[in-house]
Amino acid sequence: MSEPTLYELSVPGRCGTSLPECDVPEVPLPDALVRDSNGLPSLSQQQVVRHYVRLSQHNYGVDSGFYPLGSCTMKYNPKISETGARLDGFAEAHPLQPEHTVQGCLSVMFQMQEMLKQIGGFAAVSLQPAAGAHGELTGLLMIRAYFRDKGEPERYQILVPDTAHGTNPASSTMAGFEVVELPTDDKGNISLRALKAACSDKVAALMLTNPNTLGLFEQQIEDIITCVHDCGGLVYGDGANMNALTGIIRPGELGIDVMHFNLHKTFGAPHGGGGPGSGPVGAGELLRSYLPGPVVVNAPDSESRDETYSTAMPHSSIGRMAAHFGNFGVILRSFAYILLHAAEGLKNNAHHAVLNANYLKARLAQDYPVPFDRTCMHEFVCQGRPENTFARAFDISKRLMDFGFHPPTNYFPLIVPEALMIEPPETEGLETLDRFVEAMRAIAEEARTSPDKLTMAPMTLPIGRLDEVSAARHPILIDPASSNSS
Amino acid sequence: MTFIPHTQPERNEMLAAIGCAHIEELFADLPSSIRNPRLELPDRLSEPELARTLKKLADRNHVPAPEKSFLGGGCYRHYIPATVDFVLQRAELYTSYTPYQPELSQGMLQAMFEYQTMICQLTGMEVANASHYDGATSLAEACLLALNLNKRTKIALAPALNPRYRDVVETYLAGHNAKIVPDKWQPDNQADFPDLVDDDTAALVVQTPDFFGQFEDLDGLAEKVHAAGALLIVVTDPISLGLFRPPGEYGADIAVLDGQSLGLPVSFGGPHLGVFATRTSLLRRMAGRVVGQTADATGRRGYVLTLATREQHIRRERATSNICTNAALSALAASVYLATLGAQGMNKVARLCHAKAHYAADQLAQLDGCVINRHSPDKPFFKEFALSLPRPATVVNRKLLDDYGIIGGYDLSAEGKGFDDTMLVSVTELHSRAAINQLVSAVREICA
Repeated sequence: MSEPTLYELSVPGRCGTSLPECDVPEVPLPDALVRDSNGLPSLSQQQVVRHYVRLSQHNYGVDSGFYPLGSCTMKYNPKISETGARLDGFAEAHPLQPEHTVQGCLSVMFQMQEMLKQIGGFAAVSLQPAAGAHGELTGLLMIRAYFRDKGEPERYQILVPDTAHGTNPASSTMAGFEVVELPTDDKGNISLRALKAACSDKVAALMLTNPNTLGLFEQQIEDIITCVHDCGGLVYGDGANMNALTGIIRPGELGIDVMHFNLHKTFGAPHGGGGPGSGPVGAGELLRSYLPGPVVVNAPDSESRDETYSTAMPHSSIGRMAAHFGNFGVILRSFAYILLHAAEGLKNNAHHAVLNANYLKARLAQDYPVPFDRTCMHEFVCQGRPENTFARAFDISKRLMDFGFHPPTNYFPLIVPEALMIEPPETEGLETLDRFVEAMRAIAEEARTSPDKLTMAPMTLPIGRLDEVSAARHPILIDPASSNSS
Repeated sequence: MTFIPHTQPERNEMLAAIGCAHIEELFADLPSSIRNPRLELPDRLSEPELARTLKKLADRNHVPAPEKSFLGGGCYRHYIPATVDFVLQRAELYTSYTPYQPELSQGMLQAMFEYQTMICQLTGMEVANASHYDGATSLAEACLLALNLNKRTKIALAPALNPRYRDVVETYLAGHNAKIVPDKWQPDNQADFPDLVDDDTAALVVQTPDFFGQFEDLDGLAEKVHAAGALLIVVTDPISLGLFRPPGEYGADIAVLDGQSLGLPVSFGGPHLGVFATRTSLLRRMAGRVVGQTADATGRRGYVLTLATREQHIRRERATSNICTNAALSALAASVYLATLGAQGMNKVARLCHAKAHYAADQLAQLDGCVINRHSPDKPFFKEFALSLPRPATVVNRKLLDDYGIIGGYDLSAEGKGFDDTMLVSVTELHSRAAINQLVSAVREICA
């Protein structure tokens, strides 16, 4: 491809927009504070537009094609949510406006809190966290505060299964805990024996992703939760895989004490190339008062025909996790998504996500070995090494690009060699899944007969396989052409 | 309506391939006693019903035209060129995810590489990551970096730091044995910054322009902070950097800011953009995604996520941070904004804000009982100032809204600390002289 950079396109003197002339008297600037140059490029508006149009042509999103990236739930993002979030009444509402002037925003947030409480089976929800990992940190800080108040500050361990997302152990460290890793048993469940051995009065919590990152529902879930609660610990739920469970099981009813939702996964908000997301946290009775705030509360006003709302801090709140109310624009998109689906629609999503995953697993298993082969939930993990080949998951992924697909997640979870983690969300139809199966089978055949095609891939894109090793060894992190502009 | 394409014959075909009779069978591992609960959710809306519902909710907000609002306090309504939303609506970009597969993600990766470049130019720093959630969480991550770096136990916060940023730092640091000094938000504390730093201080955080819009004198500060073995973290405003000296020129170790002003709507507080830039020597301790330039086997230039060994998906509990999903699309908005305005445009926006804010301050200062920046009258300011009034700010704001349709400045009585009669007035390039004059005459009438 080689699209020139903004700095390579820059011609000093150009500007991409027009601004009003100054209609007030000029005032002297504090000279000692003024800089020589701000170092930015200079382009015409058409140059800017063409640049970004060309860049978008070199990018692949859910709207481009099948995107079975495991644990990311790359489902269709309804367009009406985009229109809604751009309404002036929402986009131009300032977070410091008086509450009576932003009742529309507060109503959206209040209803969203209520709906997530219902879906998750929780006593209360805070919408403040901006992403899943941010929600994890939030939940762990709540657990920390809870044990401090309970007079058990010596609980410093967080139990984390070896299949967990990397954010789980990283969040634990950030919240000041130590991680104890739990092994997986031969059925793809947390080893109950190892869990029992690890449970002690040092344990603050277990972080549980269920279904786990193998796409499997913990078969001894009730024993696991009881075991942790019996030792005085709490259970944190990583809600990344909630798409398999909406309308089927409420995590709060299972005994999960605190959990984050990923609105950009389960509830149809776009992923944005890596955010912004939204990671609301739900809590049961034990932890609800520790939620971050402000949260939205009912504030009856006899003079108003509509319900009226205010904001408040939960009484033992850990404080603010963000400067304002969280990612309202993302929350609004998911609010719209839930209203479009309602209870039956969300359950239907879970049904079809699980149907899609089991169908793909059944059709791929003969070429790609599936460890822990049992009924999966919304995703499954197979090995990107067809029998009698030396293929690697990495090469198979690159070759999938030539067939017009985004690859699955690679090399995760860490316990499966050559892992390919495949998640086909409910919005994908049978013909798409079948085309994917055909591509995967063709690639397996190539792995047996002409393995070079895999190691050379991708061959049909504007760019070939990129050298990630030298990128890390000799980092070039800013455009060399920018040095001319300052 | 849902977005599920499956027909009944297709479902049957799929179930047959799986070898089961009914979808429910696939959920057999789930405890049956609590399966299939009745969810009390609102009834399903059709698309037109949803459109109407959203419009009605949006209309319940009172959102005045930008020039009829003087709210800032860290969130600002600047002009957003039409190019920004045009690019944000390119579905290949906004429906993608973290570019783990670089060959299919060159568009987003190059845009992030250019973002890092422009942020480094704008802040005068050497490296930048591809975003945090917002300015406050960028600052919290900067404080954690400092604590982990030099194993010290104190973070010193300049008195006039945005109190919301302070709140977030306090929350983030709860898991660490760290002390924040001073122990409370004391905006009128005029302590010299170096006095806040001692042998236990990991970093000094200074905001310029500060929460009240005033520039701090940072000359020589970095040398003193470094001599004490601490880092200097500077919080700043991105629009000011179009014209005024950046943190890098003052020797800052880390620069953080909220990038919302760069092409993002205020959107009731989010999504915004956490900008984080630092020096090369701290690169491997920096959190977040970083894009690097490389090439394919034939030498064609391309971009990849790099230095991932700092990150949670590789390093797990030893990672520099837990951050995964960040604010990439917000960073894209900021890039398009900066590319569209360019060197001249950013300079001009900053000049317009500065001139108009000073015009507003001069006019308001002539009213009886009104004082500008009473707590520190001598410091220069940028686009925001503290206006002390002869009546409580709450009363003045209520009358401004009810009688003139104007949303006044941020009422500082909400923050306590003796600012009951003070509001923080923010003025941008979107305020015409006439709109400023309307505010001034309204305040005159209300305070008469």
